[in-house]
Amino acid sequence: MQKSWRQRFHLPAVIGTIPMILVAVGVFVIGIGFSVLWSFTSSKLFPTYDFVGLAQYRRLWADNRWLVSVNNIWFFGLMSITCNMVFGYLLAVFMDQRIRQEDLFRSIFLYPFAMSLIVTGLVWQWVLDPNLGLQETMRNLGWSSFSFAPLVDANTAIYALVVAGIWQGSGVTMAILLAGLRGVDEEIWKAARVDGIPTWRTHVSIVAPMMKGAFATAFVLQSVGVVRVYDLVIAMTGGGPGIATSMPAVYVIQLITVRQNVGQGMAAATMMLLPVLIVLALAGLVLWRRNRVQEAGV
Amino acid sequence: MRYKVLTAAFAATMAFDFAGAAAAANLEVIHWWTSKGESAAVSQFAKAFDNDGHGDKWVDSAIALGETARSTVMQRVLGGDPPGAAQFNPGRQYEELISGGKLLDLTDVATAGKWDEVIRPKAIGSACLVNGHWWCVPVNIHSNYWAWYSKPVFAKTGVPEPKNMADFIAAAPKIKEAGFIPFAIGGDGNGWQIQLLFQDMVTEALGVAKRDEMYTKKSAEIAGGPEMKGVFTQLRALKQFTDNGYANRNWNDTTNLLITGKAGLQVMGDWARGEFAAAGMTGVKDFGCMIGLNEDKPVVSTDGDIIVFFKQGNADVEAAQKRLAVLLISPEVQVAFNNAKGSMPVRGDVDMSTADPCMQKALKAVEDPAKIVTATNRFITENTNQQLNELVAQFFADDSMTADDATAKFATIIGNSD
Repeated sequence: MQKSWRQRFHLPAVIGTIPMILVAVGVFVIGIGFSVLWSFTSSKLFPTYDFVGLAQYRRLWADNRWLVSVNNIWFFGLMSITCNMVFGYLLAVFMDQRIRQEDLFRSIFLYPFAMSLIVTGLVWQWVLDPNLGLQETMRNLGWSSFSFAPLVDANTAIYALVVAGIWQGSGVTMAILLAGLRGVDEEIWKAARVDGIPTWRTHVSIVAPMMKGAFATAFVLQSVGVVRVYDLVIAMTGGGPGIATSMPAVYVIQLITVRQNVGQGMAAATMMLLPVLIVLALAGLVLWRRNRVQEAGV
Repeated sequence: MRYKVLTAAFAATMAFDFAGAAAAANLEVIHWWTSKGESAAVSQFAKAFDNDGHGDKWVDSAIALGETARSTVMQRVLGGDPPGAAQFNPGRQYEELISGGKLLDLTDVATAGKWDEVIRPKAIGSACLVNGHWWCVPVNIHSNYWAWYSKPVFAKTGVPEPKNMADFIAAAPKIKEAGFIPFAIGGDGNGWQIQLLFQDMVTEALGVAKRDEMYTKKSAEIAGGPEMKGVFTQLRALKQFTDNGYANRNWNDTTNLLITGKAGLQVMGDWARGEFAAAGMTGVKDFGCMIGLNEDKPVVSTDGDIIVFFKQGNADVEAAQKRLAVLLISPEVQVAFNNAKGSMPVRGDVDMSTADPCMQKALKAVEDPAKIVTATNRFITENTNQQLNELVAQFFADDSMTADDATAKFATIIGNSD
């Protein structure tokens, strides 16, 4: 049965969401539209409307730094999301053991997320700087052969970023998953215990699948953080040594502000948008199909 | 009667105040002169402008690192809120500001001050004189073609002071054995220090004429040639004599390694001398200088700094901007600024009797046009410049990249540059 217009669009709700709609259309749709438009032009410092087709995209994919950035984001994304989910879940399970001082621990684990990445990134940079940080301290204490300087080596700098990313992201994952764990009915645990199922098995086969929503939330939050990772890189390595830790967002800002090459920067931004759009389209498709099945069922 | 006098006095003060407020202006100046020697130099500008008798005020906006300062200026211009004045390097960094009509035309004060006659060499003036109009004020001549070394480090190691880079590379293992960092460099700001070193080595290897041909004709052939491979090979050799703290270090911390006697040699423009001077060191006994990276082939480049002024749409502010422009190039301010900065003045009619041995070498070379190297920034845009930064910094950081590979990439960038 077709629902009437009034049933679908509740007037107070429409009025309430108007500011959000205006922002979404004004900032996102129009802003993204211009980005895509300018990616087809030869804009340098000032945006122009001199269309050059796909030339900027060809230059982009021939640029070594962009290729390095794309590789880095995959590596950084896979590593940090996987580790964040695993550590976050383990931490949540640990917090769920009715420990003393739970509030205190929760605050400690959440703290990295609450602080600005520029500040924490700088602290990480100082700690890992071979001339001021950990290495120098250990050497001053007498261990003169101690060597630990991951940030200054092109091969290891990305690992240091991943570690900082995990340090920053696992706390908030823990908080979300802990809420999910608490939402699981105590009766299920009791039933599992009565049936003699080992605890780890209950977690993997019963509780985790029931927390689908919490996992999805944590995952989306992490993914968004990865796509736009910028401040962490700027504060810790500035994209270096060389171009070893460059990321797409860093690349886009570099192109637009420093290199004065808006066209190619917008092409890079459009490339960043593409995977997000594909994921959104897939999710939309799944949702639409499910709705149709449900409506058909009614 | 008394009432009338008071009123008149009051009115007079008001009128005076009003006149003062109308003429004086606060000018925000964005620059990246943030090191010790540089801030000593820029304070000479500020002092002169604050005391120019019109009640003007220099509002200092120092932003560390050239590329950050420049991009801040560009964002301010695009956002419709340009600063009063800003620093750039002479070259193509501001060409779109000129063609976009964002800059204040200084032709009238330049003509009155006979800038085209007093500024030498001509190549410095031509950075500002575009299509018959003056768009900026050159304030100094810096040469990027210098290597600085610590005399105490060489004396303690017992190796002779170097005359060229090959000498230095031969002596470097001994310096390392003696517990010093042989070669000091920093990798901040997308690796601009590494590219400065690289450009010096390119000119030394190719010679001035061939190097100019490569940049003007965008010749991928020269850029991919055997001399360039030699440069990359030498660069890799130098990398082995650096310390592992180089990655994020800025240039003045690098110079400080020489000042404190921890490192042997640094390749840097002559603004490094301002840093030595601020530490109370002299070019006679504390540090030595190698001109053009090769004493047998002395060259100086016409790099340096220029100041642009942005249109403000306000006659009073623009009058103040022109007052500042005139002041920046006046003989007294030129001497005070350049002595602190370590650079050469842009006019030839000033007293340079206090110049140290290093400056004497430069002043001798600048008389011979064949020894003047045009700044790389004149040939390439900021886009190409940053691409070169990235290539050279990547090669320097990543030992697995071969010299052949780097030469081929260099040839591609030069061939495709605009």
